[in-house]
Amino acid sequence: MPPLLRVDDLRAYYFGFRGTRVVKAIDGVSFSVEAGETFGLVGESGCGKTSTCHAIVRLLPPSARIVSGRIELEGEDLLGKSQTEMRQIRGRRIATILQDPMASLDPLFSIYDQVAEPAYYHRAFRGRRLRQRVKELLSAVRIPSPERRMKDLPHQMSGGMRQRIVGAIALAGGPQVIIADEPTTNLDVTIQLQYLNLLKDLQRASGVALIFVTHNLGIVAKMCDKVGVMYAGKIVEMQSVRGLFYNPRHPYTRALLDSIPKLGTKDPLYVIPGQPPDLSRLPAGCSFQPRCQSAMERCRVEEPSEQHLDDAATTRCWLPLHEATTRG
Amino acid sequence: MGEPLLEVRDLKKHFPVGSSLLGGVQGWVKAVDGISFTIDSGETLGLVGESGCGKTTTSKLILAAEEATSGAIEFEGRNLAELRGRELMDYRRKVQVVFQDPYSSLSPRMRVGDIIAEPIETHEQVSRHEVRSRVAQLLELVGLRPDMSRLFPHEFSGGQRQRLAIARALSTNARLIVLDEPVSALDVSIRAHIISLLEEIQARLAVSYLFIAHDLAAVAHVSQRTAVMYLGKLVEVADSLELCASPLHPYTKALFAASLPSHPDEAREEIVLSGEVPSALNPPRGCSFHPRCPFVMPRCSEQEPSLSEVSPGRRVACHLYN
Repeated sequence: MPPLLRVDDLRAYYFGFRGTRVVKAIDGVSFSVEAGETFGLVGESGCGKTSTCHAIVRLLPPSARIVSGRIELEGEDLLGKSQTEMRQIRGRRIATILQDPMASLDPLFSIYDQVAEPAYYHRAFRGRRLRQRVKELLSAVRIPSPERRMKDLPHQMSGGMRQRIVGAIALAGGPQVIIADEPTTNLDVTIQLQYLNLLKDLQRASGVALIFVTHNLGIVAKMCDKVGVMYAGKIVEMQSVRGLFYNPRHPYTRALLDSIPKLGTKDPLYVIPGQPPDLSRLPAGCSFQPRCQSAMERCRVEEPSEQHLDDAATTRCWLPLHEATTRG
Repeated sequence: MGEPLLEVRDLKKHFPVGSSLLGGVQGWVKAVDGISFTIDSGETLGLVGESGCGKTTTSKLILAAEEATSGAIEFEGRNLAELRGRELMDYRRKVQVVFQDPYSSLSPRMRVGDIIAEPIETHEQVSRHEVRSRVAQLLELVGLRPDMSRLFPHEFSGGQRQRLAIARALSTNARLIVLDEPVSALDVSIRAHIISLLEEIQARLAVSYLFIAHDLAAVAHVSQRTAVMYLGKLVEVADSLELCASPLHPYTKALFAASLPSHPDEAREEIVLSGEVPSALNPPRGCSFHPRCPFVMPRCSEQEPSLSEVSPGRRVACHLYN
């Protein structure tokens, strides 16, 4: 059986200045998600994580083009679909939760209208059943007294509640995959915890697959089963969440883990030298090589290919291979 | 040790609500409601709390951008409310600020050199040559090249801009810098840059920081002592490492429980708070945390706990401990 969602060697480039400037936002990204699983996509701003999400639902801006690769939902190729066909997939089979709930909610429509829309179009709920469905969804995301609150407009809700409403909209179409792009960035810590726990509970109840995009490794540790670390448009390391935290293989992953403050210690933080790269002017060889502590001659010349390691982990670095050979 | 650099005593700031031309004031938002703390020279005090708890109002009061309703702020032994004219200017020179968003805190129309030079020219009579050399030194201090002073802010990345904001705050030999969420808008790898830079500068110049943030791990890393704020009041003040090892106030415990784990198998006490922060317009009676508190007792809804010392240097406002 094919995986629920499979992205294979996806490449999407932005073309600027009449094609003279090419930004390789997604440059050979592959991963797959199964039902009930949470896949984390981690990386810093501009590494291509959001572009990857947009590419999956085919909503990249006009300046970007998917150059090659495949995206399959239950073995069905999404890249061959027309936008009309995609409308039957977005909201119904793949739903998204974006960072800013105020931007994804329409300020002029009531909560009821917005939560009801996907259930109306995709699941053909009507009349009393639709109303009942909206009430269920709002209680599922723990909106107190949903009957009364569904007449409200978004501005009457607090930030945490708005984000929960966006969650209810995502669930309304009964999707198989939810893509959550930094859904808790604007929330306070205690509200963030409530929201993350809520997502986990909803996932357990419905078996939906989650693609969780974040730059916060703490969220990854809490939420994800499998993680892909993105750098400059590529997944440089992919493995299970435990593997990532206990045995990071790529120097970038290791550097990221060492650069976040740990609660209750004052150990100096590791500072990754330099700046994240400009995607239109990538260095030769490995993109991380100018900032890497363990860069070798080979890294400056040859771009590392994907290395498959023992425990189903993959990494794009010459080093693990090198270590294995010198140790063996 | 001597006396502290900054001492805040029973500081209050209440904003009127609903006052119109005809109607009277309908209520007061008690944004800051009786807080007291001190910051020593060369020390960092962390201030944590969720949005709407009064952190930013506190910083505005200290920056003399808002006038307190009551209470006192003493800086180098002198009451801020009594400073006038030159003395107030001098206070503003010594107390500087770095804001959260370096994209909106630097003027896009000014060259970086002018942005950093502006406070120097405002506060001191120095020659242009001297200003230029001071700007060059400051840029080097924050890890940028002196020749970058000709550039405009848009030519810098987020992390570099935050370095510029720090250089500007340091330009007039500030004694206290209010850091209002200085790393929240930055990428993970850049956060480490800025945190290390701030620590390095403090070690060199013995400047004091009031570090306001909501990321507990970052606050505890940077500050010697941490104060936790909830609905306009301080609920706990303690040594940062002690606070991490054993948070006492139920709200502090909940904040720690809500902070994200550093690895997947980290065991956490699960305290998930119900509900959201109540409105400061109509705070609950008694302890303002009692409607959300998992350890609530009958007494909590009647009597407000005071912030009292439970062990040396450690103050908690909770009936569980007094």
